[in-house]
Amino acid sequence: MRTATSSGAAIAAAAVTKRYGQRDALRDVSFEAHAGEVVAVIGPNGAGKTTLLSILAGLQPPTSGTVSRTPREVGWVPQHPAVYAKLSVAENLRLFARLERVGDPDAVVARMLEQTGLGARADDELGTLSGGNRQRVNIAVGLLADPPVLALDEPSSSLDPRQRERLWKFIGLLAAAGTAVVFSTHNVGEAERYADRVLVLADGEVLFTGSPADLEALVGGDPRDFEAAFVRFLHDRGH
Amino acid sequence: MRWLLLKDLQILRRSPFLVAVLVAYPVIISVLIGLALSRGPDKPKVAIVNELPAGQTSFSVGSQRLDVTRFAKELFKSVDPVVVDTRAQAIDKVRSGEVLGALVVPPDATRKLQDAINLAGTSPPTVEVLYNADDPIRAQLAESTIKARLADANKALSDKLTELAARYLGILRKGGQFSLLGQKFDVLGLERSKAALERTLRTLPPDSEQARNVRQVIDFAQIAIENLGLSDKVLAAVGQPLAVKRTVIAGHRTPLDAFAVSVSVTISLMFVTVLLASGMLALEREEHAFGRLVRGLVSRLALLGEKVALAATCAFVVTLVMLCGIGIFVHLDWGRFALWLAALAGGAIGFGALGVAIGALAREVRAASLLAFLLTLPIAFLALVPSGTVAVWLYDVIRAVSALFPFRPALQAVDAALNDAEPGLGPTLAHLAALAVAYLALARVALARFR
Repeated sequence: MRTATSSGAAIAAAAVTKRYGQRDALRDVSFEAHAGEVVAVIGPNGAGKTTLLSILAGLQPPTSGTVSRTPREVGWVPQHPAVYAKLSVAENLRLFARLERVGDPDAVVARMLEQTGLGARADDELGTLSGGNRQRVNIAVGLLADPPVLALDEPSSSLDPRQRERLWKFIGLLAAAGTAVVFSTHNVGEAERYADRVLVLADGEVLFTGSPADLEALVGGDPRDFEAAFVRFLHDRGH
Repeated sequence: MRWLLLKDLQILRRSPFLVAVLVAYPVIISVLIGLALSRGPDKPKVAIVNELPAGQTSFSVGSQRLDVTRFAKELFKSVDPVVVDTRAQAIDKVRSGEVLGALVVPPDATRKLQDAINLAGTSPPTVEVLYNADDPIRAQLAESTIKARLADANKALSDKLTELAARYLGILRKGGQFSLLGQKFDVLGLERSKAALERTLRTLPPDSEQARNVRQVIDFAQIAIENLGLSDKVLAAVGQPLAVKRTVIAGHRTPLDAFAVSVSVTISLMFVTVLLASGMLALEREEHAFGRLVRGLVSRLALLGEKVALAATCAFVVTLVMLCGIGIFVHLDWGRFALWLAALAGGAIGFGALGVAIGALAREVRAASLLAFLLTLPIAFLALVPSGTVAVWLYDVIRAVSALFPFRPALQAVDAALNDAEPGLGPTLAHLAALAVAYLALARVALARFR
């Protein structure tokens, strides 16, 4: 069930639970993300990060609980570029713009090409692009309908450091323009650097939500090593 | 849905190898089938070894001499004879594959034939047939071809002997001239004998011993005349004891070449549709686009419908071109063109639904293609098993299994459209529609784990 949030959050999940047979992938997860905020979902493998993102994006329904946005209101960027290798950059964008039923598909495609800096490669088949550029197209497709919320599942996992840097710069611009960004990552360093807030999941439960600095302060120790703080935090809670 | 269709057509257009195969396949197949059906088979080459001594090729039946070479012509009607001198040469040619088989006429053939006709109690002449059994199909072809031709030669000889026997029995009955060993005999015949006896009887006292004896001989002559009058029919019955009357109990009789066209078109329709539908659906998952599409952009059922429509449209066009290509070589009833369209469309939709079910279950393009081949080929072969060639219970099982897949009803639909064959277009299209709904439902269920 989906309802609009009354707290002013761009997106809110309330008591979301997801069960696969006897296994709970998510247990009573609640959180909010506000306009212009970047929220990182971090946690060990099997914590339920991708499950949470896919429920926010409407790929699957929760067993119980609510999400405040409909799938059409959330831009979805899966981990692997969900675009067609045999189509050009512009053709991919135009196809999804038409499927999204945006008002003026050609204008939206032109805007996204400019925004992603891929105008010069507009007619190139996607299969010929680098992994970084493909991921930019992947994100651009997620942004075609100008959604208030963007959900990204491990967006930088297949990129080299330079491409990663450009990706985060791009996401930073989106957030600055008012888009609420929720992303999952294994790279806790990225979460520390680029997220305003982190949501720590383990075994389907939310263990922590707050800024990276709050998490470091909670754990104590060397404030320059967020990854060590994160590992210690999980260890202290039996994970 | 039209944007997805356009997208898939664009992807196909940019896959030149796949499109080339899709276009070339029906063209090549239609030309091959057309050529195969429009041209009769070449006569198989058969080596002939004639071991008969020169000048000993004839035998006598009564006053007639018959030459065995006349009956050899029957053998050569449907084989291309390659005359060789020795049995060893014939064996070499069979081994090398130059000839399908070899026929050895032994040196004592005419003598044994003469002995058999003279009722000398000897065995009939034996003609030896040689063929290579390495290839069972080739061996079967050689054996059946030569056997059939020998049967024709035997029948021609038997007809000649029957004709001669009938002529001699006619002379025996009606009288006439008969030659034996260069001498001519005038045969009185039973009818003239009876007439002479009746004239004699009239000169005798009716109650005399001689009159009674002559009357008995006249009665015997009458019985013999009557029975010998039937000799032609009896001999004909001996020459061909069984006559064949063909009655079609069920099903419209379709010529073999017309049925072959139906089979080839249906097989092409099946492969193009199933492979395209399964592959294009699995491609959505491999491109990771499925999740993006079904989160509000397209419903799962619409996505399945789009893949069925894409594959069915492509296969429909391809097989229609193929059918028109075959029509250049083979006589097809163009007046039934509208029915062709209906049959191809029905078959394509049935196969398309099977294709998306395969694609949804396999989830990967390569696995989907493999599964499509593994599933459809045996089903097509099973559907072609004719009744009466296997046990009744097994045929029932095969028919039940075939009914669960679109090949058999699609073949029946195409056959009905092309050849007005039973059970007709209506029931088969209804069957295909039911299967399409069932396979779409299966595909929809399978999509639940399609991530």
